[in-house]
Amino acid sequence: MANWTRACGVEDIDLEDVGRFDHAGRVFAIYRAPDGQFYATDGICTHEHAILSDGLVMDHLIECPKHMGRFDYRSGAARGAPVCVALRTYPVRVEGDDVLIDLG
Amino acid sequence: MSAGAVIVGAGEAGVGAAFALRAAGYAGPVTLIGGEAELPYERPPLSKDVLGGGALKPIRAEADYAAAGITLLRGRTVRRVRREAREIAFEDGGGLGYDRLLLATGAAPRRLQVPGAEAGPVHTLRDAADAFALRAAIEPGMRVAIIGGGLIGLEVAAAARGRGAAVTVLEAGPRLLGRGVPAELAAILAVAHRSNGVRLCTSCSLAEIVWRDGVADLRSADGSGTLADLVVAAIGVAPRTELAAAAGLAVDNGIAVDAELRTSDAAILAAGDCCSFPHPLFGGRRLRLESWQNAQELGQLAALNLTGGRQAVSHVPWMWSDQYALGLQVAGLPAAGAATVARHHGGDRLTLFHLGADGRLVGASGLGPGNSVARDIAIARRLIGARAAPDAAYLADPSASLKALLSLLPAAAG
Repeated sequence: MANWTRACGVEDIDLEDVGRFDHAGRVFAIYRAPDGQFYATDGICTHEHAILSDGLVMDHLIECPKHMGRFDYRSGAARGAPVCVALRTYPVRVEGDDVLIDLG
Repeated sequence: MSAGAVIVGAGEAGVGAAFALRAAGYAGPVTLIGGEAELPYERPPLSKDVLGGGALKPIRAEADYAAAGITLLRGRTVRRVRREAREIAFEDGGGLGYDRLLLATGAAPRRLQVPGAEAGPVHTLRDAADAFALRAAIEPGMRVAIIGGGLIGLEVAAAARGRGAAVTVLEAGPRLLGRGVPAELAAILAVAHRSNGVRLCTSCSLAEIVWRDGVADLRSADGSGTLADLVVAAIGVAPRTELAAAAGLAVDNGIAVDAELRTSDAAILAAGDCCSFPHPLFGGRRLRLESWQNAQELGQLAALNLTGGRQAVSHVPWMWSDQYALGLQVAGLPAAGAATVARHHGGDRLTLFHLGADGRLVGASGLGPGNSVARDIAIARRLIGARAAPDAAYLADPSASLKALLSLLPAAAG
């Protein structure tokens, strides 16, 4: 079942950056890639409790603010020690000025 | 069949190296030897979550070792390295041949040397057993004295306050965190500790401990005294070099290795807290670092160079500490700076940039709630690694984008 929810506005997140979205007790991270595409993942690192939106986005990688673990936010794949468990990703679509994510 | 790779020490460096050997395509036997009984675990939580009641955090799941074809020997101590025979001998008998050897033996806590230090229980904190013993010993209302106002001492102080103890920190130096953290940030942390009820005593040199009915009277050189039900010595660590020294390997503030982590015997490398190495990024200055990141980076590099690689150390040193709601991060070598530029973000978030005499960024340090300085430090790390010399006024301006400085770098500094 699709469950599209507004996460933020298009202009809320800079290119090659990340924002935080809290919903129903959960934390998500919304990314705007250098090419303008939006992506969404769980907002907490799989290694230890850290809010990913405090981290640095470089190209298509998010670096965890706590221990520098890296994920490709398009697929959620772990890309560097100490992380080895992938992040869950969520479908994203843009409607007008709104960024929607499908919480499933 | 080759005798394979043997790794002595199953901490962050040793475990990382074992898995990195496989990632690099090494097909021979890999044996990882650890002195402790536990599945290899991450050390940073010991002075934070674990003291607060949390569980150990394994570096890798137990099944990962077998899946990667890594033989993990736990609770085994290596007594000797016989270089001429290329084998190691275990304390409990038996031996093992190697054709490449990695020493990742870590460091051991320094012991208090004052009179009375051996006459009663003095806790130290380095491994899981230490953390469990300390956790079990701290009770609400108890008087806890911590000798040493470094990172471990202060993390223990915060954890002991969290468990309701009355905490005093005795630091011999004129300020907290004198070794690797700039004075401006140490001062903010001192305020945080005081406002959380910790009694801080700097320039307080311990002269003697007198024990009476299980209570320690810690006498300082200036004549003052502190009574404590529990004493913790957090006065640093010394590299574990005994094996290397006994095998005739060069030792210089740690097992001396070159920038490719080779000891004075080319078949033997060393990585992690136990070794000192010349760092190309800092003019070849010989460093010995005690951090989780350094152990990881050197473990990975050692694996590459054990399998024929010729790569030199290149990582920018980085470490963090969590105390109360504050997160501290330090990158590079702040002490190598000739000038400090402060970026005040407002609130209680502060980032410092440390510029060398030639204008190059050589260090950055930050303190703020949670991980609020992480992004500044992540960017600074890349600038330091790229030998950038950013404009001081720009660094000081909180409205100027730090990230924009990265796009000016010659090559992508991942």
